[in-house]
Amino acid sequence: MIESSLKTLSRSLAEKKISSVELTRAYLDRIDAHNAEVNAYITVDAEASLAQAKAADVRISKGDTGPLTGIPVAHKDIWCAKGWRTTCGSRMLENFRAPYDAHVIERFNDAGAVILGKTNMDEFAMGSSNETSWFGAAKNPWDPTRVTGGSSGGSAAAVAAALAPAATGTDTGGSIRQPAALCGISGLKPTYGLVSRYGMIAFASSLDQGGPLARSAEDLALLLDVMVSFDERDSTSLKRPEEDYSRLLDAPLSGLRIGLPKEYFGEGISSDVRAAIEAAIDEYRKLGASTVEVGLPASELSVPAYYVIAPAEASSNLSRFDGVRYGFRAEGYSDLLDMYCKTRAQGFGAEVKRRILIGTYVLSHGYYDAYYLQAQRIRRLIARDFAQAFEQCDVIMGPTSPSTAFGIGARVSDPVQMYLSDIFTIAANLAGLPGMSIPCGTDGAGLPVGLQIIGNYFSEARMLNVAHLYQKQTDWHARKSPVAAS
Amino acid sequence: MDWEIVIGLETHAQLSTRSKIFSGASTAFGAPPNTQACAVDIALPGVLPVLNIGAVDKAIRFGIAVGANINRRSVFARKNYFYPDLPKGYQISQYEIPVVEGGQVTIQAGGAEKIIHLTRAHLEEDAGKSLHEDFHGMTGIDLNRAGTPLLEIVSEPDMRSAEEAVEYAKALHALVRWIDICDGSMQEGSFRCDANVSVRKKGSDQLGTRREIKNLNSFRFLQQAIEYEAGWQIEQLEDGQQIQQATVLFDPDSGQTRLMRTKEDAHDYRYFPDPDLLPLEIDDAWLERTREAMPELPAARSHRYQTELGLSGQDTVLLVSDRDTADFFEATLAEVAGGDRPAAAKLTANWINGELAAALNRAEVELAACPVSAPALAGLISRVIDKTLSSKLAKDVFDGLWKGEGSADEIIDRRGLRQISDSGAIEKLVDEVIAANERQVADYLGGKQKAFNSLVGQIMKASKGKANPAQVNEILKQKLDSR
Repeated sequence: MIESSLKTLSRSLAEKKISSVELTRAYLDRIDAHNAEVNAYITVDAEASLAQAKAADVRISKGDTGPLTGIPVAHKDIWCAKGWRTTCGSRMLENFRAPYDAHVIERFNDAGAVILGKTNMDEFAMGSSNETSWFGAAKNPWDPTRVTGGSSGGSAAAVAAALAPAATGTDTGGSIRQPAALCGISGLKPTYGLVSRYGMIAFASSLDQGGPLARSAEDLALLLDVMVSFDERDSTSLKRPEEDYSRLLDAPLSGLRIGLPKEYFGEGISSDVRAAIEAAIDEYRKLGASTVEVGLPASELSVPAYYVIAPAEASSNLSRFDGVRYGFRAEGYSDLLDMYCKTRAQGFGAEVKRRILIGTYVLSHGYYDAYYLQAQRIRRLIARDFAQAFEQCDVIMGPTSPSTAFGIGARVSDPVQMYLSDIFTIAANLAGLPGMSIPCGTDGAGLPVGLQIIGNYFSEARMLNVAHLYQKQTDWHARKSPVAAS
Repeated sequence: MDWEIVIGLETHAQLSTRSKIFSGASTAFGAPPNTQACAVDIALPGVLPVLNIGAVDKAIRFGIAVGANINRRSVFARKNYFYPDLPKGYQISQYEIPVVEGGQVTIQAGGAEKIIHLTRAHLEEDAGKSLHEDFHGMTGIDLNRAGTPLLEIVSEPDMRSAEEAVEYAKALHALVRWIDICDGSMQEGSFRCDANVSVRKKGSDQLGTRREIKNLNSFRFLQQAIEYEAGWQIEQLEDGQQIQQATVLFDPDSGQTRLMRTKEDAHDYRYFPDPDLLPLEIDDAWLERTREAMPELPAARSHRYQTELGLSGQDTVLLVSDRDTADFFEATLAEVAGGDRPAAAKLTANWINGELAAALNRAEVELAACPVSAPALAGLISRVIDKTLSSKLAKDVFDGLWKGEGSADEIIDRRGLRQISDSGAIEKLVDEVIAANERQVADYLGGKQKAFNSLVGQIMKASKGKANPAQVNEILKQKLDSR
């Protein structure tokens, strides 16, 4: 039952083969038993979860159900959930209890889903390995000496370790796709503007986008149905006709044109990753798809442009954490400035401080044009590249990450090496395009490899279809990590 | 040496929207601290700003009123700095592209009209308040004001004296109230000015180094601060000192300005477009809708009063000093019976600018709360026009109107104030007074003009002030001269 798809769980609940309380308790028990191995959760509140489960069972008994009613979902600890401690992986918010629900949390609550817990993450979503979390790194369920990827590492680990049937994450430069790839699960970052950012603690506002992590494309579609909705409280939220993201799942792939950017298959990607990706593309050819080489020449500038824009926005977004109104405040300060300095020096970790400094620098008088405006120009070039590529193809494929999960600590001392972990995922954020990652093989050590699928704006249903038909042909997504199997 | 003072003003007008510029919290003044600060205003993690369209409407109204260019696309930016009453650590403001650019305001300067050009007007949010008293060495923060919509109106350095600066500030103050975008309360901080002041040698076309006086919340302080500051700068320059660009504060107690910060420790605000807000797009329809909803502006009304009603410029300046007064004038005039329109208009203007204004002043009430309604005043003026009341009696009746004793006619009847214009009755009074004052009659006939006035006074007294003075004069003269 723990390994069932959301659809199966939903049916079991509706047919009363199992109650939401039983299902939730089963997951809570697994979290009790195995969370220490993977450090996927920052906060678990069994009482709150079971109360929600109980309410879901009442709804089910009345026949008032949707596909997610009674299903426990783990949430990245970046979403404010009323009454829940919401830390964003930081000492700064170690004891912050959110007094309101994020729009996404409201949507899950309204759907009758159960909040299973709050998952580990890089501090303020800044990181590609979950190692910057104040609560310690999450560990990869395939090999606990390795990273989960990040920043939604806890969510990816929870799903991969079968400590949750599904989870939410956020993706600013690859934070859903890269950990999904490294943990062998499926994850999707929607088109910018589809998922409300209200109640999602901001990292880089123009890039942040919430999305689901799950075991299959089919599950992602159900989660997306709940997560995507217009919200007037977010000015960048897009008003779109309502979509059923499952509607195209089984549409045939014949005629699908897959774009293969030469820049995504160059130097720097491990041979195991390359082999797995090429095998997956062969599988697609067998399914009736054709491939075409496309060029994304500006994408080599995506990492530098990202590391100007994201820190710039972050430096401003994180100014509110000043020790004045809520959150951490240092002790023993002499005056206001000293309070600010000590609070922020002690409340933020090294990576967050590094990015605040970079962001402050690039926005400074005299540097703004050379850095921030230049990065915005690159951003437009990147979007234009994609627009041209999508004239020739329906989806773009390539590796999600240049390597499989690396060892915990291996890249901590080399930020640039760490930043390059996101070299293939960042461009989609800069362009605002949807991107996803699905498992498509393993390396020599048995660690998962993720296939990245980038679609045109609002093509999520088609992307899920592309992923789903692959998952019907292959079983990479169904393979269990050692922790999930235990 | 002759110096010229150069002044530009930055005025913050609080826009009179019910809710804040980026949140749904109320903007009402005077609530207990932090009771009107919602999650967005206190900058909880994860909250986002949503633009209040009502604030944009008011900015557009202002732009139209001053003949400015309304930018069809303007951008909200973040102005980053740390301060305890700035919850987000940045203020959302418009920087590179403001909603309003250009425009002008006409003021009266030295008996002539002078045009003050505007640079721009942009939308921004207010910060909260830091309260340094009553907290035993600590600072209290009240975020009720945080997020209140402001229109910052920036003038060109077109003013040449403290008086001109005050005239401009007053004209702006009247205008924002006229177009109903700001309540203009300077005490509550709804309208406050920063003054950029520099001096230069007369005849120079180079601007001197300026110092900015922050947060002047009365016209008197504005005048005093500029006068002090300009004097101080001239003194420095005459002593061979240089002026350093700086921000200063005015201390009303000492009447002096004092240094707050110099350019060296000025903030680098690291402005950049706010990624949480889309650019503000204003289309033709929005502009047209706003234009149609605009009230007739003071200049247009003043022109109309002069050309259609024959009022003098001096009369109309007072009438259009605010919209309530102008509306009251029109409502009153519409009800005044008799007389030709220009005469009725002149009389109505005199009453509103004279007796009514004085009474309001004495009682310290606004026109909106005036106990005398426009129709009631019109009733009084009509009785002056038809000569029922002398101007002296009319003042008594006005007094009755003010005290709520009923309509002008009711008061006239109750107090028996109707003017005696019946020539038979007046003749009788004249005869009686002549008979009783033979000596004065003789004096008058002997050439003493003064004696005539004394006789008139006695006749008026005998009539209890009700006799029509013109008729009394006429009849008395006739009777005496015929002797």
